[in-house]
Amino acid sequence: MTRTLKIWGLLLVVLLAAGCSSSGNTWGWYVIDPTTPQGQSNVKFLIGGFWATIQLSLIAAALSMTIGLLVALPGMSDNRWVRLPSRIYIEFVRSIPLLPMLFWVFYGLPVVMKSMGIPISIDAFWGAIITLAISDSAFTAEIYRAGIQSIPKGQTEAARTVGLTYGQTMRYVVLPQAIRRILPPLANQFIYIVKMSAFASVIGMQELTRRANELVVTEYRPLEIYSLLILEYLVLVLIISFFVRWLERKMGSDERR
Amino acid sequence: MSAERVIEISSLNKSFGDFRVLTNVDLTVSLGERIVICGPSGSGKSTLIRCVNGLEQFDSGHIEVDGISLRDKGSAERVRAEVGMVFQQFNLFPHLTVLENLTLGPMKARGLSRKDAEDLAMTYLDRVRIPEQARKRPGDLSGGQQQRVAIARSLCMKPKIMLFDEPTSALDPEMISEVLDVMVELAQDGMTMLVVTHEMGFARKVADRMVFMDSGEIVEIGAPSAVFEAPKSERFRAFLDKILHHH
Repeated sequence: MTRTLKIWGLLLVVLLAAGCSSSGNTWGWYVIDPTTPQGQSNVKFLIGGFWATIQLSLIAAALSMTIGLLVALPGMSDNRWVRLPSRIYIEFVRSIPLLPMLFWVFYGLPVVMKSMGIPISIDAFWGAIITLAISDSAFTAEIYRAGIQSIPKGQTEAARTVGLTYGQTMRYVVLPQAIRRILPPLANQFIYIVKMSAFASVIGMQELTRRANELVVTEYRPLEIYSLLILEYLVLVLIISFFVRWLERKMGSDERR
Repeated sequence: MSAERVIEISSLNKSFGDFRVLTNVDLTVSLGERIVICGPSGSGKSTLIRCVNGLEQFDSGHIEVDGISLRDKGSAERVRAEVGMVFQQFNLFPHLTVLENLTLGPMKARGLSRKDAEDLAMTYLDRVRIPEQARKRPGDLSGGQQQRVAIARSLCMKPKIMLFDEPTSALDPEMISEVLDVMVELAQDGMTMLVVTHEMGFARKVADRMVFMDSGEIVEIGAPSAVFEAPKSERFRAFLDKILHHH
């Protein structure tokens, strides 16, 4: 990770140097120069999107983890008719690109709900959350399945023979063991959600990307502003991957015990 | 025998695809009876006892355990409440302590308080002679100790019947006797037992009846003294020859 940091740091220095040394208007870092009042207010505006992006990602991830588990569990049933809906859901959701799904949820879902007699309005925030959560849940479901199936069948059998129900077996025996294998890839999946949350900008959600877009329209400095935008995501993702590594180490050392 | 019949198996058939695992198996077990089942690997002996507590489904035939037919919906749960099982691979819960392994069933399935469950667990840990290991994780125990914990875990559910699926096959030779000793004591206490094992010494000592299975069929059945002295079938003779010389 420190190597990635160095490379990005180097790239940044090169870009800055290029911006300072070049004549003409190739670079115009003044637009986000924190030493000038205008630049400072621009940077504040851009960074102001962090909270929305984080909020969006966290809620979507929490929902995705819940839906994923509810989809994964029947997907491992011995009964193929119980298994089938889960498989269909995963295959279906996995094949829809995020952007069309976002449009459908934001513009189409309220119409469907209204026709069913449930008039709800979906704002950009919840539209983005629902879409991200559903889209990601197909992947979290597969992560759960892999983690749960990695627990030997004998564990389930032993739990059932001491009288535990299916639910109790999952809760007290299988999931506590599987969680060590599930959590690191699940946290990794969170990085995907953070990045995909940028799509929320197209339905008007004021997160990082939307703010950058808006500033580009008024300032007309796409290169500098999008560079900063990329840097913002980079910082966010680096923090999360740092956490993921820590989690993997912690889980790994637990496993060895 | 006029004793109460606790397990009745009749015309049991089961296939995995084209492979017939069990063919027309009939077996009746009375309360308190100890039955040892042996046979070459793939003979269906493990599958047979796994059918008894519903871990395996069967294709046709009938199994009744303590008056509960395993054909009925939801019967497997009720049967498992009466039947304990010990596995070849112990199958202890590695993320829980020994004590927690024992108290999980009584607390969650029987609704005992933690205090009562722990008292019960300690009683059985005493019986299998490892109370001092209560706070350890299964991974810190030897194979023989783990299997004794597994036996104690089953006993905590106060089963009427105990199934043993090759309980000593995964153990190092020096640990086999400590597990068999516990099983002998259990037999002497009058537990109804179905034991799949190749430990013929154990069979001679405790079995009321010996069952020899081959290719999914019960080939021979009878008192150990009788079947050991005069095996009727060539298959059983060949099998005994192999395992007795092996030991």
